[in-house]
Amino acid sequence: MNKTAMTGMEGSLAMAEAVRLANVDVVAAYPITPQTHIVERLAEMVANGELNAAYIPVESEHSAMSACLGSSAAGARTFTATAGQGLELMHEVLYVASGLRLPIVMGVANRALSCPLSVWGDHSDVMSVRDTGWIQIFAENGQQAFDLTLCGFRIGENEKVLFPVMVHIDGFHVSHVVEPLYLLEQKQVDSFLPPFKHPFPLDPDNPVTVGAFAVPILYTEARKSMENALRSTRPFISYVFDEFAKLSGRQYKPVEHYRTEDADTLLLTMGSYSEIAMEAVDQLRDCGEKVGLIRIRLWRPFPFGELRQAVENCQTLVVLDRCISPAGPPGPVCSEVKAALYSQKKRPNVAGFIGGLGGRDLYVPEFIQMVERGRVIAAQGGEEIEMIGVRG
Amino acid sequence: MKFTTMIEIRIHGRGGQGAVTSAEMLALAAIGTGKYAQAFPSFGPERRGAPVQAFVRVSDKPIRVRGEIKEPDVVVVLDPGLLNILDVTSGLREKGIVVVNTKASAEETKKRFMDNWPTAVVDASAIAIETIRVNIVNTTMLGAILKACDVVPMESLEEPLKHRFGGRADSNFEACKKAYETTVIA
Repeated sequence: MNKTAMTGMEGSLAMAEAVRLANVDVVAAYPITPQTHIVERLAEMVANGELNAAYIPVESEHSAMSACLGSSAAGARTFTATAGQGLELMHEVLYVASGLRLPIVMGVANRALSCPLSVWGDHSDVMSVRDTGWIQIFAENGQQAFDLTLCGFRIGENEKVLFPVMVHIDGFHVSHVVEPLYLLEQKQVDSFLPPFKHPFPLDPDNPVTVGAFAVPILYTEARKSMENALRSTRPFISYVFDEFAKLSGRQYKPVEHYRTEDADTLLLTMGSYSEIAMEAVDQLRDCGEKVGLIRIRLWRPFPFGELRQAVENCQTLVVLDRCISPAGPPGPVCSEVKAALYSQKKRPNVAGFIGGLGGRDLYVPEFIQMVERGRVIAAQGGEEIEMIGVRG
Repeated sequence: MKFTTMIEIRIHGRGGQGAVTSAEMLALAAIGTGKYAQAFPSFGPERRGAPVQAFVRVSDKPIRVRGEIKEPDVVVVLDPGLLNILDVTSGLREKGIVVVNTKASAEETKKRFMDNWPTAVVDASAIAIETIRVNIVNTTMLGAILKACDVVPMESLEEPLKHRFGGRADSNFEACKKAYETTVIA
């Protein structure tokens, strides 16, 4: 167990501190809006000599991810961070990172997308990169930003995995909040995170081509092999979470439960609103309501088994999405959850809510309202989209 | 004023006046004493001179709410000019208090702007200019906040100030202590 004292630190800086302790070799990033303090702090660390790494300032996020491809392919431990529109500008390169099986770790401070212009937090950016083939983990607070960044390197770089990893923190609600957390010592991190050894690093003396084109007779097989490989990372991800728990005393799971015992209604959240949802659950429990909370920590690979098991005994499942799929099903998380449950003989009625868009705060009353309205909507089939905390 | 559960502080300033730093210093001081605390700005693009807010929560228990503080226990005003354009007491909780940097008296400020909410005043600008040699009152006002509510002990601010201001920490801490001594509550 870690017995050091709590340190007050902004979420972005906690992630930067994890990257420093991971002794990263290369950070390539675009330093201007919508960038966060994550790479600002890393640039400072490199300049001060606190971190012996190459810091490559580039002219756009597209270039940032492109530079990361090269450094990771050469066998360097590689990190970048972005947010919102920056993630969008990276979009096409993200597929290359996973297709080449390059274990880049990226912090994403989740933000809304234009238009109207918003720099504030929601999950529009992350939902648009859902299918890029990255492992995607959600952190709810500064502590988890620190912890899961370290887990990200350990997971991605393992020879059984070799996939890039996004660690999501909610823009502003985590990235810009100073809060207490427990750091780890360098020797603890060293014992947890072995040096990165890429099995096939680029070598100027032995040139090879990577990422060549695939004709129709090959492309499908290439995608199938990647899909199989990403799916089969699941046991190792859980193993790393368990190993991290031995080191830190903090246990993460692909799907996490809060007061779910005997619950007839479950809330489901992803990201920092999980904490206020817990407060709502406590208040509802105090009133005798059998309500609990499920949090999806691992968004990709999607934790089908754990999710099905988590909700099998409840009657109503209320899902919060911080992203809208315009004129589509009620929220990307909700529609994925519904798809995962469709084949199950025993499954709850599901109600989806959309809220917390573009930095809109949700408090306990909104979650209580979601539980109450959710029971009604779910019983009616749950097809309608309901937005929470919206005027008009 | 003593708080047994969570205390929520909303700081009004103008972009560039260091409201966020005030919030961070308080939160770091509280965390240094083993409490749970949070500090964050009114999120968004920073604009020098425009009205901004920063928020602090301090609690004996882990803090789960991350939204902006709509119902503060304490409101802090770094720039008296804001009193003419903002309703700073908006949402102020029962037994709440407002802490203002102003040359005006506590009674006058309370009567004119605060709808009779308890009001603490200090001429933080004068203290800052005299002590730190710059009209930035964010650290000076920390002393006034501590006079109005015992959210953290004075000495707990020393370490965060040192960490943040290095060689200028001593004058900032001195200004903070002067403000504590000269704050008047009505």
